[in-house]
Amino acid sequence: MVNLGDFFYTLGMWLQGLLMRAGLNESAARGAFSALVAALLPLIALLTAVPLIWLERKWIARLQDRMGPNRVGPFGLLQVFADMVKIFTKEDITPLGADRVVFALAPVLAVAGVVGLWAVIPFAANAFGVDLNVGVLYLVAAGTLSTLAIMLAGWSANNKYALLGAFRTVAQMISYEVPLVLSLLVPVLLSGSLGLNGIVAAQREVWFVFSAPLAALLFLIASQAEVSRAPFDLLEAESEIVAGFNIEYSGMKFGFFFVGEFLHSFTMGLLGATLFLGGWTGPGVETYPALGAVYIILKGTFVYFLFVWARATFPRIRIDQMLDFNWKLLTPLGLFLIPLLAVVNRGLSESSVWLRNAALLGANVLLAALVLTILGMRGRSARMRAASNATPAPAALRR
Amino acid sequence: MDNAWSVVGIFMIVAIVLPGAALIMARLLGPKKPSPIKQQTYECGVETVGESWVQFKAQYYVYALAFVVFDVEVVFLYPWARAYGQLPLFATLEGALFILILAVGLLYVWRKGALEWQ
Repeated sequence: MVNLGDFFYTLGMWLQGLLMRAGLNESAARGAFSALVAALLPLIALLTAVPLIWLERKWIARLQDRMGPNRVGPFGLLQVFADMVKIFTKEDITPLGADRVVFALAPVLAVAGVVGLWAVIPFAANAFGVDLNVGVLYLVAAGTLSTLAIMLAGWSANNKYALLGAFRTVAQMISYEVPLVLSLLVPVLLSGSLGLNGIVAAQREVWFVFSAPLAALLFLIASQAEVSRAPFDLLEAESEIVAGFNIEYSGMKFGFFFVGEFLHSFTMGLLGATLFLGGWTGPGVETYPALGAVYIILKGTFVYFLFVWARATFPRIRIDQMLDFNWKLLTPLGLFLIPLLAVVNRGLSESSVWLRNAALLGANVLLAALVLTILGMRGRSARMRAASNATPAPAALRR
Repeated sequence: MDNAWSVVGIFMIVAIVLPGAALIMARLLGPKKPSPIKQQTYECGVETVGESWVQFKAQYYVYALAFVVFDVEVVFLYPWARAYGQLPLFATLEGALFILILAVGLLYVWRKGALEWQ
């Protein structure tokens, strides 16, 4: 009997049955099946970049009142394939004096670090690469690989602009890692599980975006910076350091940085959907678990659209503003949010789900109001100081 | 093969091999006509002066240091975040206190002026 509602489970069982008929025992069949999944999922992840590039170019174009790609194929759908053909047949130039091994390794790592995140994303109740019991820690660890790749790229190219890009990577991507890790802590805190499937299962009643909206906001901002897109694209900054870390790259190697960036953005969208928007949960998933894949892709695309929207809207910020924003606003906010949520959550662990989540939401709103008040007071006093002395002493302002 | 980490291992190997294979394929498909002028360092048409690997500003180092402190401390919090629900209320307050000590550390770095970009 074919159960299409539980498509992934049926497919898995069918394949395992096939392997067992070929002469493997049960545990070997299960092992071979998970190895097959582990080998196919990276390919699927890489191929996702093809529709993503088209989708993002169209979105950006519409947001900027342009048409976007519309020449190659219907609605420009074949533009990505044309670009692929072009990029495959380009000459691959390595500048003289570059560190050749590191230079070639960096684009590979940039993609591998992003694709590696897909191993733990649960697409449905029973469709995932692997359900690690330390999934969130794995995300933190694997996510740093793409930061490393950008630093390697900037360092190895033997170019001053690229090196400046690598410096900025240190300042930006490493700094925003702190609020990102803090915001990833909140779903763990609320669900009491380090595995991503456990986190999703804990959101059956209330999504964490409602019980911890500030953490979701922290995640949104910090992951935009991790993907290093406008307004946080200081490491490429065409108008300042030409193209930053990827200035010397051409052909397929450049293409991989491009693919890595788009895929990273979407992967962060999927992670945001998993951690804060309830992942594969939704109406009907209990009877038809395969529907979960549709839900998570829709939710992930929504978060991805928020990233693209921010990219199309905000101008690039200056490096000191970027660092101040992180170390003087986002990091302290995260540091105060976590004990607050922990105490509220633990204190009300005996009471009903709705009361507990309402209290968590209230705590978030209170903290947000406090932060906005402090920011308003600081801004007002800075304006007063600027008005009282017409020629402000720079040293006094900097203190 | 029942070990989850072997699946992650296969996953990461495939994730590295796939782009690597594409790079090799691109190398086979593309033309190869290297010349000293083409391979020069690109600085918008101006010839490069001196070493490219210049000394970097020490302030980047300060931020990297602050990152190491905070990131390591936060990673220590993950086991606590997983387990505090089953522990007595005292453990929650202790964890909260630990995070507030971290916040004092941030305040110290801030007051020292290490977070001012100049």
